[in-house]
Amino acid sequence: MAKEWGKTMTSSDHLLLDVTDVSKRFGGVQALDSVGLQVAHGAIVGLIGPNGAGKTTFFNVITGLYPADTGIFLFDGQSYFPESVSEVTKSGLARTFQNIRLFGEMSVLENVMVGCHCRTKAGLLGAIFRFPSAKREERAIKEKAQQLLAYVGLGEFANMQARNLSYGHQRRLEIARALATEPKLLALDEPAAGMNATEKVQLRELIDKIRRDHRTVLLIEHDVKLVMGLCDRVTVLDYGKVIAQGTPAEVQRNPQVIEAYLGTGGH
Amino acid sequence: MLKSLFTNRLSRSAYLWLGAIALVLLPWVVGAGGGNYWVRVLDFALLYIVLALGLNVVVGFAGLLDLGYIAFYALGAYSFALLASPHLPTQFESIAATFPEGMHFSPWMVAVFSIILAALFGLILGLPTLQLRGDYLAIVTLGFGEIIRIFMNNLDRPLNLTNGPKGISGIDPIQLFGISFTKPLDLGFVQIPGLYLVFYLFLLLAIAVAIVCLHLQDSRIGRAWIAIREDEIAAKAMGINTRNMKLLAFAIGASFAGVAGVLFSAFQGFVSPESFTLWESIVVLAMVVLGGIGHIPGVILGAVLLAVFPDVLRGIAQPVQQFLFGHVIVDVEIIRQLIYGLALILIMLYRPGGIWQKSGARQ
Repeated sequence: MAKEWGKTMTSSDHLLLDVTDVSKRFGGVQALDSVGLQVAHGAIVGLIGPNGAGKTTFFNVITGLYPADTGIFLFDGQSYFPESVSEVTKSGLARTFQNIRLFGEMSVLENVMVGCHCRTKAGLLGAIFRFPSAKREERAIKEKAQQLLAYVGLGEFANMQARNLSYGHQRRLEIARALATEPKLLALDEPAAGMNATEKVQLRELIDKIRRDHRTVLLIEHDVKLVMGLCDRVTVLDYGKVIAQGTPAEVQRNPQVIEAYLGTGGH
Repeated sequence: MLKSLFTNRLSRSAYLWLGAIALVLLPWVVGAGGGNYWVRVLDFALLYIVLALGLNVVVGFAGLLDLGYIAFYALGAYSFALLASPHLPTQFESIAATFPEGMHFSPWMVAVFSIILAALFGLILGLPTLQLRGDYLAIVTLGFGEIIRIFMNNLDRPLNLTNGPKGISGIDPIQLFGISFTKPLDLGFVQIPGLYLVFYLFLLLAIAVAIVCLHLQDSRIGRAWIAIREDEIAAKAMGINTRNMKLLAFAIGASFAGVAGVLFSAFQGFVSPESFTLWESIVVLAMVVLGGIGHIPGVILGAVLLAVFPDVLRGIAQPVQQFLFGHVIVDVEIIRQLIYGLALILIMLYRPGGIWQKSGARQ
């Protein structure tokens, strides 16, 4: 049940992710200064900003990779404090990485199968003695992984080694792998980085398809055009602070945003 | 299509049968050709296979460099040595009184006990090293291996638990299902010498361990290990509890070494700290790396090659030097280490995945 984001919906019931007042300091650098971000169920929310604005740091904080200095975190109505990456993934927030982090020596299919880990439960004895339940689960994992590969358009590469995939395909594999964890919120860290124009169009179609299948997406992106075309809401970061928040059209007109991106030369 | 599938299956099982027959005949062929000495070498090679497969779980699958692996072998060996030899009863009157017939625990029981014990020590080693990687982990595990050996070496005072550097002798030989593995077994039509029986027993163990490893490799646990090896942060992002999975790898690897240790001490009848030096850890690691790290058939090949190699060299180097120079110029031990080192360097340079690596690797 995809809910459309509407201006009248202000109650936090409609929010899948609601974080406020997130701060993070690295030595003398205030990487994040009281940043807040809300993501409604079924929406695509963009997080943009110039280089070094703190977008990836924000991602790393909400997914538990870096501990936050301060912050209030609500995910799916539950308060959480992101300390462990695996726990965050288990609770339904999966992510991809800006600098691709695939399991290079494994096959493309196996990469996605690893993603099924946290939704399956065969134990040590089940694995060693191949109990019928473990075998059934293993078959289900394989089937699901194959379906996901077909879903992102990598079906024909299933048995290839992941590191031999082309760059654009590696990014798609990261998305398939994240989807295998059955996330409520899929967080994509610059999925279009380094892609050519055709690949970008295909990526856009894929993200659109993911949304139509009632998943919520949080998107960090450099490519303003991609963000503006896809997102329902956009948050703009600059020097670790939120400088604008709103619909793409609103944000595009915001003078602070224009200044951050183009500079004014005045200071 | 269907027909070719069928014949393929047939030929596969035919290969399996041929392999099985060859393995059954192997000790007879080797025994006839080279005598009992070479059958003993084969028996030890099988124990090394078990050790290498266990270390491969830690180093090959989970990517955790462990230089103290032989300590778990020592734990298994000393467990059996203490529970099935006259050492403890002669040292402690109370134990002698409890076991008037002498301590003779069965290898079965001690094997189960030392699986648990070694796994426990695997956890003890794993817990404080969870945050360490690469070189740092190697140094801590190396220290752990040495600590265990030094304990064995010095626990003869004030209470004589391990008999120190003199070691423990008079350990019960292997006896299972009422069959003694030191005497020939008379089947009526044929007599199987004890050394050959040991070969079959160790072979069964090695096959069982190999199957366990294969099953683990193709399970969600094995995939989690390999994911941790490839990229720990990405593995966490897949919802894998990397801490538990690493501890599991340590525990499983250690338990294999524990079983192998029990059989080792029963087979030798004697254990001393000298058998569990850092050099032994390095040899087992070399087997894994040389054969094909993370690839089970490769690891088995590496174990066989390096286990048999010193004896082959001894058989060749001495007579050749005698023949050429009239006396031995370079000690065999030195030649062995030289060739080990050279082989490892060459492998690292030209075939970093090992002699028999996974097909598809480095395409």
